[in-house]
Amino acid sequence: MTVTPVPVLSGWEAETLTQADIVAEIAALASHDAVEGAPQTRTNYPPYRSSILRHPTKELRYADPETIELWSPCFSERDVHPLEADLTLGAHHGWNSQVTGQPIGERITVSGRVLDGDGRPVVGQLVEVWQANAAGRYVHKNEQHDAPIDPNFAGIGRCITGSDGSYWFQTIKPGPYPWGNHRNAWRPAHIHFSFFGREFTQRLITQMYFPGDPLFALDPIYHSISDLQDRNALVAAYDHELSVPEHSLGFRWDVVLSGPNRTWMEEA
Amino acid sequence: MTGLNALLRTTPGQTIGPYLGQGLPFTGDNQLVPHGTTGAICLHGVVYDGNGAPIEDALVEIWQAAPDGTVAQAAGSLDRDGWTFTGWGRAACDRTGEYSFTTVLPGATEDGKPPFFAVVVFARGLLDKLFTRIYLPGHPANTADPLLCSLDEAQRATLVATEDAVGHLRFDIYLQGDRETVFLRHG
Ligand SMILES: [Fe+2]
Repeated sequence: MTVTPVPVLSGWEAETLTQADIVAEIAALASHDAVEGAPQTRTNYPPYRSSILRHPTKELRYADPETIELWSPCFSERDVHPLEADLTLGAHHGWNSQVTGQPIGERITVSGRVLDGDGRPVVGQLVEVWQANAAGRYVHKNEQHDAPIDPNFAGIGRCITGSDGSYWFQTIKPGPYPWGNHRNAWRPAHIHFSFFGREFTQRLITQMYFPGDPLFALDPIYHSISDLQDRNALVAAYDHELSVPEHSLGFRWDVVLSGPNRTWMEEA
Repeated sequence: MTGLNALLRTTPGQTIGPYLGQGLPFTGDNQLVPHGTTGAICLHGVVYDGNGAPIEDALVEIWQAAPDGTVAQAAGSLDRDGWTFTGWGRAACDRTGEYSFTTVLPGATEDGKPPFFAVVVFARGLLDKLFTRIYLPGHPANTADPLLCSLDEAQRATLVATEDAVGHLRFDIYLQGDRETVFLRHG
């Protein structure tokens, strides 16, 4: 059997470090989880080896948001074509627009609402997604996983939130994939999501997971979030109402952005 | 971080991961104004890790006022027409860790306040976004800015760009180390 080359993210250590070692590190750090006032996501989280040299070592400095930070860039239908919300179409801006075939995989709908901390919908803002294909492979120059490329799947989508803060994507369920954090490391299946709010300070990039993934217990990126309630907030719920007969399974995932800091006024 | 009066718990961030290049860059993402625009500058720098090694899988976004201090509320960043100033740009780092923007200098949004570029940084290995600011070198209002005034000289230097002979602005970002950039929280 040949060994699949995966991106070596942490040098020689990745060869000898086992999944059991990582699980033990996760457990050790979990014992002082959920400290009041601590950041929800720990940037200093050694079980994710690449974080060791890439987290700030000093406390974040509090700064009152200034005018520019209290506003957000604007996006609209001018920026995003409605078809960009359907990743199963194959065609995308500049990507293989000749493709007309269907991607292979479990067809899914992912939809939900983007809200601020006061529960108000975030209207008319940009949502971006990128993901692996059904076999767990990205379309990216650094990708080394030898799972098959799907010529009909680019794995990128965009949409603009509706008047109720809702977003909607049609796609296929991404596969789990191996990575180089330690020996036999696998990421739970996930979709990368990027959100803009009404204020620059609300900017969010995160990952959406699928319910019941057996890899949760093993994944240091998922566990970099201290609180179980916060981790659960990244897991979509199966929603039969969103499933389309004879076509696709539905998943619902709502997102809450930070703040607001700015006094909110009804938009005309 | 949840807001003071927030009713709902904020959804936590996660790392952008290694495959940001698949989903996020787009044509013209780092050109807030077209090359050759009167007053256009290059804003550039390198993102470094704790060993001083450049990070090739980082993403930098900027959000800024127009030169007259107004805050743009125009769509069109993803489909730039060459005329509309949207104030927002995105730059993925290249293999040498370098990012660059073609833009114009921001103006002060209020009298007496120093202009700055609002910045957010993402990277593989960085589990959540980091906010910072790029202040303009030698701007007279810098000396009255509450954030800059609260920092010692070395920390302050991490938030102020340097200008080269042709007027380009350089702003390196250090995630760790002696020159670690001052990163901000707003809530
Ligand atoms: Fe991923």
